[in-house]
Amino acid sequence: MANRFATIMARRAEIMRAALGMDYDQFERSPVAFDYEGMMDAHGYSLQDIVEIQTKAGVGNTPLLELRNMTDLVRSMSAAGKGARIFVKDEAANLAGAFKDRRASVSIHVAKEKGYEGVIAATSGNYGAAVASQAARAGLKCIICQETYDSRHIGQPEIVEKGRVCEAYGAEVVQMTVGPELFFHMVELLDETGYFAASLYSSFGVSGIETLGLEIADEMTALTGAPPTACIITHAGGGNTTGTARGLKRAGATETQIIGASVDLSGLHMASDTDFNRKSFTTGHTGFGVPFATWPDRADVPRNAARPLRYMDRYLTVTQGEVFYVTEALVKLEGLERGPAGNTAMTVAVSLARDLPREATVVVQETEYTGAGKHHWAQLNFAKQMGVEVRRGDPKENKPGTVIVIPETPEQIRANDFDLSRMRTSYVRNALKAAPEGYEPTSDDIAFLAADTNSEPATVERMITELREV
Amino acid sequence: MAEATHAQKGDWVEIGRQLLDPADRSPNLPPETADKPLLMWVKGFALGEAALGEELSIETMTGRQVTGKLSAVNPGYFHTFGDPIPELTRVGKDLRARLAAYRATAQGGR
Repeated sequence: MANRFATIMARRAEIMRAALGMDYDQFERSPVAFDYEGMMDAHGYSLQDIVEIQTKAGVGNTPLLELRNMTDLVRSMSAAGKGARIFVKDEAANLAGAFKDRRASVSIHVAKEKGYEGVIAATSGNYGAAVASQAARAGLKCIICQETYDSRHIGQPEIVEKGRVCEAYGAEVVQMTVGPELFFHMVELLDETGYFAASLYSSFGVSGIETLGLEIADEMTALTGAPPTACIITHAGGGNTTGTARGLKRAGATETQIIGASVDLSGLHMASDTDFNRKSFTTGHTGFGVPFATWPDRADVPRNAARPLRYMDRYLTVTQGEVFYVTEALVKLEGLERGPAGNTAMTVAVSLARDLPREATVVVQETEYTGAGKHHWAQLNFAKQMGVEVRRGDPKENKPGTVIVIPETPEQIRANDFDLSRMRTSYVRNALKAAPEGYEPTSDDIAFLAADTNSEPATVERMITELREV
Repeated sequence: MAEATHAQKGDWVEIGRQLLDPADRSPNLPPETADKPLLMWVKGFALGEAALGEELSIETMTGRQVTGKLSAVNPGYFHTFGDPIPELTRVGKDLRARLAAYRATAQGGR
């Protein structure tokens, strides 16, 4: 078994090429730049084609709900003239209970068309349920690889629940202990089975989310006369932000502010066996949100279709305790019992809407199903069992892995701006690091980095100069 | 419920096995992860007989044959909601009262 990891990882590119059903080499322009839009278009499906694929798959067209009670709660603590109207896209109404069905439906359609016998995805989240559900409908075999347990074999209850639901849909679920080698085993299984890699980060999956942006623009226009002032997106790997923003833009909603929202998990290490069961959130957190935005091509595809820095206007973070509080508020005030991680954007909405004028509108673009293990009570009970203190107080005292502070009043819910210019610089540093030593970026590279960070070319040039001075 | 300790051929079971020794794991892991083996569990139909902890081959839902140590027979799901959270139980009542008070004001009544 010696060096099995190294042996597989050395063959990774070859195995993935067969499993992705697409040659990524054709899009490369230089050691830095590639043709992003060319890659996104290469599957040949128009947005209308994707709408049709999803309609057949039982996905999309979820209800857009106006949350009048949440809006009035916000107005009860806003300055005169402030307090935007809050809406939510109830994505839990999708077949497997989350927006991830949009992503999975396109991947499964492609796998079926290309004649693969089965699909594999490495995911501990709702995406696994979505892939398993869509594979069941398409008559494809399905393997889901999950990071489920710490080394004591204690499972994170939300991931245990996702494992259960994947098995309910007839998938084979491979459950592992903590570590990034989840992807190593996925590659090993792709090699063994010849199945399709239903990656979260392929252009198929990310294109599938564009319909969500399209629906939001159209439904808000029908309801209020205009697309939303702001769209708040729970941000983790970046697909949700990228796909929704692209869909909004395609629908002509170019003025809508794209707001990324994550739970602040600073201080916790994502590959730590001891931190694993002290996070209380399995997704929608900065542990994915920051590294995937600042280096998207760390993913399991050669070039990641999810590139959130292209689209994000602001990135706001909230604490664990604030999200649990808002999750409870949403159930009691709106009759919407939904999963906690999807409510990260809802928590940001409570803070953001307070600062916007009454005429403004904000859309929280997803909810997710909840249930045993996933429910906010289940997560808080589990946190207590893992030795995390839970108390009421000032959310500023929340410390991930140590203490979850549930706010005493809604006024205490205040989102924090994450410095996007720092993230952009960090992305440029990573992109240059990935090129061979001494490589001199061309003007085409600068233009690519500018587009990929939503910056001006002159800003990128300044970043590069500053990075070299350090 | 009584937990079965022995699997017969054809039973729905879970097996576990080690995927990587600590020495073969990915570089750059934090020490508390690096010194542990990478383990995995998977479920399927037993292809033979075994007691808990004994070697057993299974056929998974996709038809793969996997060998490992029997870890459970007819494995169930026991994750739950748990007790109400005292730190949250009053939130709904407080917020409903707050909303009613706001709507009784001139601004909220509009």
